[in-house]
Amino acid sequence: MKRLEALLAHALLVAACAFAVYPLLWVITLALSPTGPGAEARLLPIVSAPSLENFRTVVGWGSSGATLLFLRQLANSLIVSLATAVVAIAIATPAAYALARFSFIGAKPGLRALLATQMFPTVASAVPLYLLLDALHLLDSRAGLVLVYASTAVPFAIFQLRGSFLAIPVDIEEAAMVDGASRARAFFLVVLPAARPAIAVTALFAFMSAWNEFILAATLLSRKSAYTLPVVIQSYVQEQSTSWGPFAAAAILVSVPVMALFYVAQRQLVSGLTQGGVKG
Amino acid sequence: MRGRSWALVAAFWAVVMLAMPAHAEEHVVLWHAYRGDEERALSLVAKRFEAEHPGVTVEVLAIPFEAYAAKLTAAIPRAHGPDLFIQAHQWIGAYLGEKLIEPIGDGFPDADVAGFDEPAVKAVTWAGARYAVPLANKCVALYLNPNLEPRSPVTLEELTGLVGSLPRGVYPLAYSADNSYYHAPFLGGFGGALVDADGTFTFFGEGAARSLSFVKDMLARHVIPEEPSGALVKELFLSGRAAAVIDGPWLMADLGKDVSFPYRVEPLPKLAATGRPMRPLLTVEAVFVTHGGATRPTVRELARWLGGAEAAMTRAKVGQQVVPRPALWNDPALAGLTNLRAFADAARGAEPMVASRGMQAAWEPANQAIKKVLRGDQEPAAALEEARRRWVDATRPLPPEASPFPLFVVFGAGILTLALLAVKRATQAGFRRDLRASLPAYAYVTHAVLAILALVVFPLAAGALTSLFAGTRDAPRYVGLANYVAIVTARGGALLGHGSFYLTLLVTLLWTVVNVFFHVGLGLVLGVALSRPLMRLRAVYRVLLILPWAVPSYVTALAWKGMFQRQFGAMNALLRLLGAEPVSWFSHFSTAFAANVATNVWLGFPFMMVVVLGALTSIPKDVLEAAEVDGATRAQRFRLVTLPLLKPVLLPAVVLGAVWTFNMFNVVFLVSGGEPDGTTDILVSEAYRWAFTRDNQYGYAAAYAVLIFLLLAGGSRFFGRRLTQEESR
Repeated sequence: MKRLEALLAHALLVAACAFAVYPLLWVITLALSPTGPGAEARLLPIVSAPSLENFRTVVGWGSSGATLLFLRQLANSLIVSLATAVVAIAIATPAAYALARFSFIGAKPGLRALLATQMFPTVASAVPLYLLLDALHLLDSRAGLVLVYASTAVPFAIFQLRGSFLAIPVDIEEAAMVDGASRARAFFLVVLPAARPAIAVTALFAFMSAWNEFILAATLLSRKSAYTLPVVIQSYVQEQSTSWGPFAAAAILVSVPVMALFYVAQRQLVSGLTQGGVKG
Repeated sequence: MRGRSWALVAAFWAVVMLAMPAHAEEHVVLWHAYRGDEERALSLVAKRFEAEHPGVTVEVLAIPFEAYAAKLTAAIPRAHGPDLFIQAHQWIGAYLGEKLIEPIGDGFPDADVAGFDEPAVKAVTWAGARYAVPLANKCVALYLNPNLEPRSPVTLEELTGLVGSLPRGVYPLAYSADNSYYHAPFLGGFGGALVDADGTFTFFGEGAARSLSFVKDMLARHVIPEEPSGALVKELFLSGRAAAVIDGPWLMADLGKDVSFPYRVEPLPKLAATGRPMRPLLTVEAVFVTHGGATRPTVRELARWLGGAEAAMTRAKVGQQVVPRPALWNDPALAGLTNLRAFADAARGAEPMVASRGMQAAWEPANQAIKKVLRGDQEPAAALEEARRRWVDATRPLPPEASPFPLFVVFGAGILTLALLAVKRATQAGFRRDLRASLPAYAYVTHAVLAILALVVFPLAAGALTSLFAGTRDAPRYVGLANYVAIVTARGGALLGHGSFYLTLLVTLLWTVVNVFFHVGLGLVLGVALSRPLMRLRAVYRVLLILPWAVPSYVTALAWKGMFQRQFGAMNALLRLLGAEPVSWFSHFSTAFAANVATNVWLGFPFMMVVVLGALTSIPKDVLEAAEVDGATRAQRFRLVTLPLLKPVLLPAVVLGAVWTFNMFNVVFLVSGGEPDGTTDILVSEAYRWAFTRDNQYGYAAAYAVLIFLLLAGGSRFFGRRLTQEESR
């Protein structure tokens, strides 16, 4: 019985993995074939003559200047996205904690307003944002970009963290406070460690939102050396024609750090699991 | 003596001061959206200008095409824009409306006019003034595969007549038949045009209908392939399965060195049916000066230099650009570039695209009419009549100016009410105590409130305010609630008619419900399966399942679109394998909708799975163990223990997921693109169309955004209440 169940679970997961991976095989095919995928009605993507040509194009192989620029843009992306995750978590964690544990004037309308910010399509807000960053002298700077990304990520982060704080039994902080810790001390020393898996996941979300964004980055940044990678990827798309090969290759390159990061975050998840998390 | 030396020193300084400006550092900024060879050529040319003008540095910045237009309109009015920028000439009308450009003056003097192609000069001229220096022509021409068609066809019918004699699976002709840009030469061959010189829609009548019937007939006889995208046209030509293709010079760059046969480019042939030439539309890429740049002689000089003979030579040779300078093509240095030269010839017979806003608003209705006819949904005359109605609707005159007085009254009344409420609350018994009790909490939330107010709420509120305006950004007109009234009354049409707010709302609701169901369902099942203890391969599964989320969606969504292609997509290959008939996925609402859903479910389930995984880890194990000891079955444990404990974390993710799906613009735009005939558009993609393809009606789009907001806010009150109720638990 247990055997059968395990088998079923594996079958389910294998099917889901096939669903997840299959479309990506087409992206990989595109990236590996210098002449395009070929117009064949095929079920399985096969590369007739695989080559790394497209990847070389993306990283500027053979020209140290171009490679240096690519590395610099990769570094920009990493810095901006990591900073976004850190800033978003730093802003959201205390607020989420307060919303989970305190009852205060403005808490309920605040929560509702927070949800409301997610409901408004951003179709008309790019220009006001541009004006605002201009007034703050934060145009064309990574700091400005990080601020924008982080504040956009904060509402969701607050919701997510508030949920996980609610799931943590109140007893553990109260125990710490009975032992003489202040509320802030209990928050830092007891609650935060208990919420570590949730914080890791939320940070990952914030990182991802910044990592793939290109419209704002392209609008706010005006130096090639300040560009983030999605801006570079998007430049393979033209009005009339798209360089599919480099476009796909760049997309794959860009997703590698995310996978690495998820791998790390996953260990966080697992450790949270094995520690029994919140027994306190 | 002393006086003389002073005079000498003064004279010396005077000379230095006079000489200074010539050698002073001068910085010129040039923006463009080129890549590859064109970008390389532009950099070379800019370097050469720097070498000839000591002290001048030219900063050349490439901006992705997708963000280019938006960036120009945001940056230039705030003086953060470039001094010059390269853009297609048909933007002149719109850019004048936004006051982004100035006449170029001595950057393109009368003396230079003779050196350029006449259509190119015409293209950059508006109301008698020249606004830019032409750099490159872009129009379509005929690419021929000599192995399949060694002759030079004089008429198109010679080419289409090949249909029986070519090997199986080889098309005589391939081009993006469902795109009005590519249809324009056919239309011209039948004596029609998309718009007239004023930009009024003229895609109707006898000639227009005949042109559509002509193309439909080619499709029926398998002269041209079905649903041909630009990428497919290239593939067919490259693999020898199209004797000829109609495409622009960009295809030459794409074919590059991959092509195994010496292909030929020729101007489009005549149509034997009418005896008329097929005149393609001409786009002239030109360098414009902004008003900051227009006042500086160096900037104008650079513009002139970029279009000049020396730079044009480099741009043709290195950048493979079709430079609009006829004399240059007789230069022996360019003798080898016969295909490029053919494009130069083709451009001379092309029709410059009309630069007014009417042209911009014509693409969408024209494309939809062509698609409907080619799919066989409608007869040409009826489809074109509908297209004309839609164009008239999109370009309808601005609503009358309204008095802002009611706005002030409402605004004032709102503030007064808020103030009264605040006073009432403050005088309530226990308010002071509550406030004192609240103070510690404010220390935790203040920075979040400030950040969200400044960077999220302010831009949204400012965006919402534009919904009360109409017209260009430069000369907005306050119209009160006219935009809202037009939307909720379906602009006088049927309330559930095509593209009406209510019909789109129904589609959006269906879209949201279906997607959230699959996201949460898959996320829960997979999350729970993955959290099984002692699951081997767990790490492998997790990383594989997260992949759809890790790879940028603007690439994967396009991969999905490719999988749904009619003839060469993987989905139809699968159907054929199973013995079923292939499906035209984007011809029917149900299948196009399903394609969008499949893509969005694929993109979105990892997110929900990670949320579930994260939530599962925070469930104390001892609770589950206790339930097991008490004899609960696995199903009971899941329903009675796990699910209730998951709820506080899952509920916000579900509510937010629903909100995000409601506004999921990317997938709809990239996969179905609203096909067929805009029926799979959701509210937010409809708003984008009003903002960017239908005469730039930002105010109207903003009104859509506000309505979407109000709908979501109203709809989520129920969930919102439950969300805050968690507190009491």
